[in-house]
Amino acid sequence: MSLLKNAVLQRLSGHGQGWRNLPVLPLLLALLVVLPVLVVSSALLTPTREVWLHLGRTLLPEMGRNTFLLLVGVGIGTLLLGVSLAWLVVAYRFPGRGMLEWLLVLPMAVPAYVQAFVYMATFDFAGPVQTALRPFFNDLTWFPEIRSGMGAVLVMTLVLYPYVYLLAKAGFREQSGVLMEAARVMGHSPTAVFVRVTLPLARPSIAAGLALAVMEALADFATVRFFNFPTLSDGVIRVWHGMMDLRAASELAGLLALAALAIILLEYALRGRTRYFQAGGKAPGITPTALPGWRGWLAAAACLLVVAAAFVLPVGQLFSWTLRELPHQPAGTLAVYGQLARNSIALSALAAFFATITALLLASWSRLTSSRAAFVLAKLATSGYAMPGAVIAVGIIVPLSVFDHALNNFLIAWRGISVGLVLTGSVAGLVYAYVVRFMAVSYGSVDSSLEKITPNVTAAARLLGAGPWRLLWRVHLPLVMPGMVAGAILVFVDVMKELPITMMMRPFGYDTLAVWVWQMAAESAWGGASLPALVIVLAGLVPVVLLMRLAARKN
Amino acid sequence: MFFMTNKAAVCQAENGPAYVQLDNASKYFNGNPAVLRLTIGIDKGEFFSLLGPSGCGKTTTLRLIAGLERPDEGAVSIGKEVVASVDTWVSPEKRGIGIVFQDYALFPHMTVAQNVAFGLKGCRREQIRPRVNELLELTSLMGLAGRYPHELSGGQRQRVALARSLAPRPRVILLDEPFSNLDADLREELRRETKRILKEHGATTILVTHDQEEAFSLSDRVGVLQGGALAQLGSPAEIYHRPHSKFVADFVGKADFIDGKVEGGIVHSAFGSFSLNGGPDWGMSRVELMIRPDDVDFVLDAAGQATITEAHFLGASVLYQLRFADGRAIHAIRPSAEPAPVGSKVRVKVDASHIVIFPKELQVPG
Repeated sequence: MSLLKNAVLQRLSGHGQGWRNLPVLPLLLALLVVLPVLVVSSALLTPTREVWLHLGRTLLPEMGRNTFLLLVGVGIGTLLLGVSLAWLVVAYRFPGRGMLEWLLVLPMAVPAYVQAFVYMATFDFAGPVQTALRPFFNDLTWFPEIRSGMGAVLVMTLVLYPYVYLLAKAGFREQSGVLMEAARVMGHSPTAVFVRVTLPLARPSIAAGLALAVMEALADFATVRFFNFPTLSDGVIRVWHGMMDLRAASELAGLLALAALAIILLEYALRGRTRYFQAGGKAPGITPTALPGWRGWLAAAACLLVVAAAFVLPVGQLFSWTLRELPHQPAGTLAVYGQLARNSIALSALAAFFATITALLLASWSRLTSSRAAFVLAKLATSGYAMPGAVIAVGIIVPLSVFDHALNNFLIAWRGISVGLVLTGSVAGLVYAYVVRFMAVSYGSVDSSLEKITPNVTAAARLLGAGPWRLLWRVHLPLVMPGMVAGAILVFVDVMKELPITMMMRPFGYDTLAVWVWQMAAESAWGGASLPALVIVLAGLVPVVLLMRLAARKN
Repeated sequence: MFFMTNKAAVCQAENGPAYVQLDNASKYFNGNPAVLRLTIGIDKGEFFSLLGPSGCGKTTTLRLIAGLERPDEGAVSIGKEVVASVDTWVSPEKRGIGIVFQDYALFPHMTVAQNVAFGLKGCRREQIRPRVNELLELTSLMGLAGRYPHELSGGQRQRVALARSLAPRPRVILLDEPFSNLDADLREELRRETKRILKEHGATTILVTHDQEEAFSLSDRVGVLQGGALAQLGSPAEIYHRPHSKFVADFVGKADFIDGKVEGGIVHSAFGSFSLNGGPDWGMSRVELMIRPDDVDFVLDAAGQATITEAHFLGASVLYQLRFADGRAIHAIRPSAEPAPVGSKVRVKVDASHIVIFPKELQVPG
């Protein structure tokens, strides 16, 4: 807080630019957040020959191929589904459009690993679909195998398309309808206008959504594990859990980080150098055309089908399992669930708290001092969001274990006591990893609310006699608070759903809802997994509702 | 010692003598002067405007007075107290100054009434309510007290900003281009309204603007700034009719500059000879005459020395361009009731009582 205060004072008196006057706290925080990525990168820069020979002989070719196929598949799938649905709801009027526009976002609340085990249970050999079909067919071998690469692509596309959908929708909505009319007047057909004007204008937004979806696919390890389609993320966790080989795990994580970097670069390339200026805000947007008769109903049915497959099916299935299986669960199950929920909530709340504080310090430092150093460090510190959880986990375990061993050896030499590993496998280490991974989420939220604090608002308050503390309590804090709360909620929910970091770094025996769901589902115990999974999905609906309210207020 | 620490003064009492003085004040940004050795004194109760093109240092001057920038050289005083100099610094909240920004900078999370009451910190509640109501009445905002800034029109926001700045009874009000974000007709109305409010309030006011019409219509005195320095200080009429430099002449209104020669107190030019009526002794020198379009008249005359080459209809009047045989042109403005057709030959008459001359600027060859 006093950092904010000092920064304001510096800003007002015109001091504090450049690389001098770096406050220690935000600098330290930024470095802590950047550290894991640096660790993993350095592991890649110093490869060990035996590790790569071993990996090359065994897992690497298959994992590399699978990762590539998964990313391409999910990329194409989310692109087709997301862009076409976005265009449908923006450019056309059909029955139920207003409601469907929002229902189509809901699948975002379903984590991929939950979707995966519901689909597995529904469509595999023993599942209800094949069971129902069996009386009618002698031979069901034609039925596609859900535990496959195709299955993984399908399941992930169904939960990740909302990223592309939301951003494409925004990209289409921002456009001025006048541009399309101009193109029509110049002799282009509606299709040609879409291909040559509308789509290129929305390209930066679509690219951003696509990058988010593909990054999530890269970070996933549970779905591909269920479907027996090992990718790099899965590989890092296998090497870590199976062999406890930190060296091999970190070098494999380096490769994974490289893949994430490739996605970022690809996004930049897709955005191109174009900066799109669109006539300032007031221009009328695209006017939707009415789809008459059966075509309107067809459009509604298409949207409804996606919502049914991606949201109604998993949630309905989870509900029915819960109702059917809960009475048959062993005694004390609810107590176990309660403990799981408490663990999840504790971790999520801690992570949300620290991520928000870190974001506030970094964002206000970057904004109010307008120093170059602050800007660069803030950019670096938010890069964790692009990194798969497995990369961040390895990047933190390595320095923590070095520290722990050094501390232990020191204490043994000094006093002859052994404290074991203090930070490795501790809640503190786990929360640290969550902050690195999700700080970008709260940062974006906090930073956009800081935008409202213009230098003139600050100057006006001071000229009206407000000293630094009154300025902070009456003006700055109330303006930033909504952004901080929204950011904290987003981080809370993300941590609740998080799996790879939790799997790799949790204290021994410390189970969360997500870990429990994963373990039960891996043993095909759908009944045991259903209620915790349902809780995760319901928690995931909170940010979706926040998003809807935000959009409703804008209109 | 400080104005704002005296609660009684903020909440009820009238203020003592106020006087804003800049003494040789300079402010540099990255080594470039934004304000250069500026000395201006502004009287109590005066409506003063700082006029100039963008980048002339007028907003920086305002920020020096407000305490949002610190002068690198020189001093600023308000009342009889030095608020900024090499070894003195009074922070902005202790200067007793109100400001209205170009973007108004209203607090978006507070209602109109809360915005207006913000500066009344430390007053008793029974003092705050009537003061806020008084200001809302003064600015015709009664009934909008519970609205948030985003629920107001541009003109209403401007008035809230004004009411907010007046609430703590500041010694000086600073207006930083407060009308530039408004539509033309609304702007005219709000200017009159603002002047009325400030007059009723009796505040010393400093307005920053690049619009000479705005400065002229509102101010008692105007300071024209050029490159961070004072180009001229005077009443609107003085500045318009007796500009001290070609820059000022050009900036405050349309003007033509005609070559002339001074000999024995008489200026000779293509439009005839005019007496200088005393003033400084120019000896014998080459000069330029400034002629404003409203000082030029003409009569239609087939044997006239000039031709009307352009006519711009402005509503009440018409601006004509009159071109002479040698290619030089001069402008005239006349009532629009009987417009003269383009292409007519005319005889030009210049009103000799408004002649202003400047030394001829040397043409640098190459």
